Amino acid sequence: MIARVSGSGQFELPDSSIPELHEYDHRLTEALHARDAQQFHALLAQMIEYVREHGTAVPHDTIVPSSIIIPPEDITLDEAHRFFTDEGLMEPVPA
Amino acid sequence: MSMFGRMNTIFQAKMSKVLDKAENPNETLDYSYQKQLQLLQNVQRGLADLVTSKRRLQLQHDQLQANLQKLDDQAREALGSNREDLARLALQRKVGVQQQLQGLDTQIAQLETQQEKLTDAEQRLRTKIETFRTQKETLKAEYTASEAQVKINEAATGISEEMADVGLAIDRAQDKTQQMQARAAALDDLVATGALTDFTAGGQDDIDRQLTQLSTGNDVDTQLAAMKAQLGHTDQKQLEASQ
Repeated sequence: MIARVSGSGQFELPDSSIPELHEYDHRLTEALHARDAQQFHALLAQMIEYVREHGTAVPHDTIVPSSIIIPPEDITLDEAHRFFTDEGLMEPVPA
Repeated sequence: MSMFGRMNTIFQAKMSKVLDKAENPNETLDYSYQKQLQLLQNVQRGLADLVTSKRRLQLQHDQLQANLQKLDDQAREALGSNREDLARLALQRKVGVQQQLQGLDTQIAQLETQQEKLTDAEQRLRTKIETFRTQKETLKAEYTASEAQVKINEAATGISEEMADVGLAIDRAQDKTQQMQARAAALDDLVATGALTDFTAGGQDDIDRQLTQLSTGNDVDTQLAAMKAQLGHTDQKQLEASQ
């Protein structure tokens, strides 16, 4: 499976990584809703570290869609909130 | 919705703009390619803006650094003329400038990180566009074959995702650039007013100033004491020399 770390490119990981990544995703979403910045940044850093460690970088000349997209590693909690509410940074999904 | 789900929605929204426009696969490929070239130009513009912002902050950094020396000289001069009140003002201002300098250091470092990331993204996109250009001509030639359609969709989706990601990186860089420009504009005043006579100018009200005095008081006292000791020491030496 292919995972994209937004802003840092794509990584190919074994399918066996999927449950682990979804567990990270779950905890990350919880931390975001609890507005726990420290936990949010710690989890995000851990998840990206996991992807780099268990994955292989997709070569620049390979064009392939990703199964999951991980937020940029330097995202702020405010930015992440805006991602969830369609405010500011992102344009809303067209009808 | 989970974070992954949300990121996907964001990307889909950005990607649909590229994918939905064309009626037939050949058009999809050509339209996408035009968009890619435009995006590459946008990245380059975004990078140029980032560099401009960084230069401006660096310039302010240099100017503030020069102000530090000037304020130090003024404080020394004021003390020499027995004007401790003036010396205190100069040193208070110096502490304020030092705090601004620390903030600037952090921001310049942030812009540098962003610049590196955007430069990498530009490199990735450039290589992918070149790959896409080659693939698209091959795919066009095979257009009649039914499997070509699948490949076209995959290539178009893959490159659109890359474009969405680069688009997001540009948005974030622009956000940052705007924040920095606002900050730089606010700092211009501080940079321009190095002299004591301008001390009362600027956005601070009386309470702000008193609060600053509370936190900077100790530092100022320490520096005043050090200057006094130095001056006293020099006076003593001069006295001894003249005897």
